[in-house]
Amino acid sequence: MYLYPKWIRLWHLINALMFIILIVTGLSMQYTDKENLQYVVGFAIAVKWHNFAALILTIYYIIFVAGNLFTKNGRHYRIGKTSFLSNLIKQGRYYGWGMFKGEKHPFPVTEDNKFNPLQKITYVLSMYVALPLLIISGVGLLFPEIVIHKFMGVSGLLLTDLLHIIMGFFLSIFMIIHIYTCTLGSKPTTLFWGMITGYHRSDEH
Amino acid sequence: MRFYFFRILILLVLTSISSLKAAGICRLQTDNLSQDTSVFVSPFEEDNQRCLKCHGQAKYQYTNESLGKEVKALMCSERIVRKDEYYKSNHKSFSCTDCHSADYVNFPHPGELRMEYKMNCIDCHSGDEKYHFDEIAAEYQKSSHFKLEEDGFSCWKCHNPHTYKISERNVDNLKETIRYDNDICLSCHSDFSRFQLLTDREEINLIKKHDWLPNQAAHVANVRCIECHTSVNNNLPVAHFIKPKTEAVKLCNECHSQNSILMASLYKFASKEQRRDGFFNGIILNESYVIGANRNEYLNLLSLIIFIGVVGALSVHIWFRIRKVRNNY
Repeated sequence: MYLYPKWIRLWHLINALMFIILIVTGLSMQYTDKENLQYVVGFAIAVKWHNFAALILTIYYIIFVAGNLFTKNGRHYRIGKTSFLSNLIKQGRYYGWGMFKGEKHPFPVTEDNKFNPLQKITYVLSMYVALPLLIISGVGLLFPEIVIHKFMGVSGLLLTDLLHIIMGFFLSIFMIIHIYTCTLGSKPTTLFWGMITGYHRSDEH
Repeated sequence: MRFYFFRILILLVLTSISSLKAAGICRLQTDNLSQDTSVFVSPFEEDNQRCLKCHGQAKYQYTNESLGKEVKALMCSERIVRKDEYYKSNHKSFSCTDCHSADYVNFPHPGELRMEYKMNCIDCHSGDEKYHFDEIAAEYQKSSHFKLEEDGFSCWKCHNPHTYKISERNVDNLKETIRYDNDICLSCHSDFSRFQLLTDREEINLIKKHDWLPNQAAHVANVRCIECHTSVNNNLPVAHFIKPKTEAVKLCNECHSQNSILMASLYKFASKEQRRDGFFNGIILNESYVIGANRNEYLNLLSLIIFIGVVGALSVHIWFRIRKVRNNY
């Protein structure tokens, strides 16, 4: 079934590429030392690429939010009030136990239900909580003059940076898990092909 | 350590508020710049006032006995000593004639006084054990500025004897110290009329020269020019060996690292506090935040544990998947 229209695939591709650049350059800035001049890339280059990738990521994030507001895709990110927690447990149990016992997927992918409850909650938290905080704190670090100098004796820049690196870290962890769960199709590459072609094969776990 | 977890919790809450400010959603005014309001009473107040009557302002007046009338004239800006600035400076307790000839009390001033020897710092401060002036002089003689002595460069080009205030220990308001010290450099390097007195070089556009520096405005507001343009001497409170421009610090890592050079220069007087709540170079956090220099050892450890935990959990999951595939065969 056709699940991923072109704009989503383009956004997803750009988002993934920019996020990889941001992780590599972010780690380089945070951990470069005098004795270890190039952690992965040099500090000056890391700053330039980090700023560039962040700008592109932000533009595409706005496109993503607008796309979800004005197309049907937004419905996949709405969390229902009924049975959500029990569905979450059901999905977690399937990943941790059921799939090894040959059980059927509790929430098979359909055109109306693209994400299972576990995917839905992590995608909502990532895209509507962590990423906006990451972008806002990133704007603060890009323009430090707009950040409050001190708040109750603590440097405003420090607080902003803490938020930025904590959100960046959790989104990096999300990306690792996201990539791994994409190998859970009928073949490890099935779901990746789905995001390339737009067509989802329904026989995955 | 007792309140460590409480502090981290508070930090996380405040982080959110700070980011709202970053987004312009929340705005708070906390700057409270302290001002020196002390009024110093000089033992030489009366004597000095004779000089300051004319030299303390832009305009002066005297009786021209030949013409028999009062004459008003503008004081040369180089000869003006503002009274309030002088009495707040390090040399405030001196009489004008401690350094200048006593013949200046006569008016009109004798013409030959223009040729009088102008004293240098070392003329009084030589042998000083507190600030190591002799070593400062030795460092200065190695610096790029010393090469300009023939053209008229001296200590006074940077340290105006009538207004200079020692500021490097003002750790309570480091921003003010940074501004004060950078103004010293900029008084020549961004004022071509003063700059051309000492060199035939063309005017330097400092902003353009430093356009390689990301977020230039933040750097100028948070570090001194001398952080990159001097060679640090651990014996001296402030480095005086101005390096040639080709040797200036240009590697970001020199400051943006765990063993940041800022700890041996700008934060020298407060750098005993190497860590605070797990943050390396914690003293920097009083006034600023330096990416790479202020990483937190506890967060580093926590992130490593989470990362290893996730990779470990995924590895176990992969192992069960492989086992399932094998069992199916």
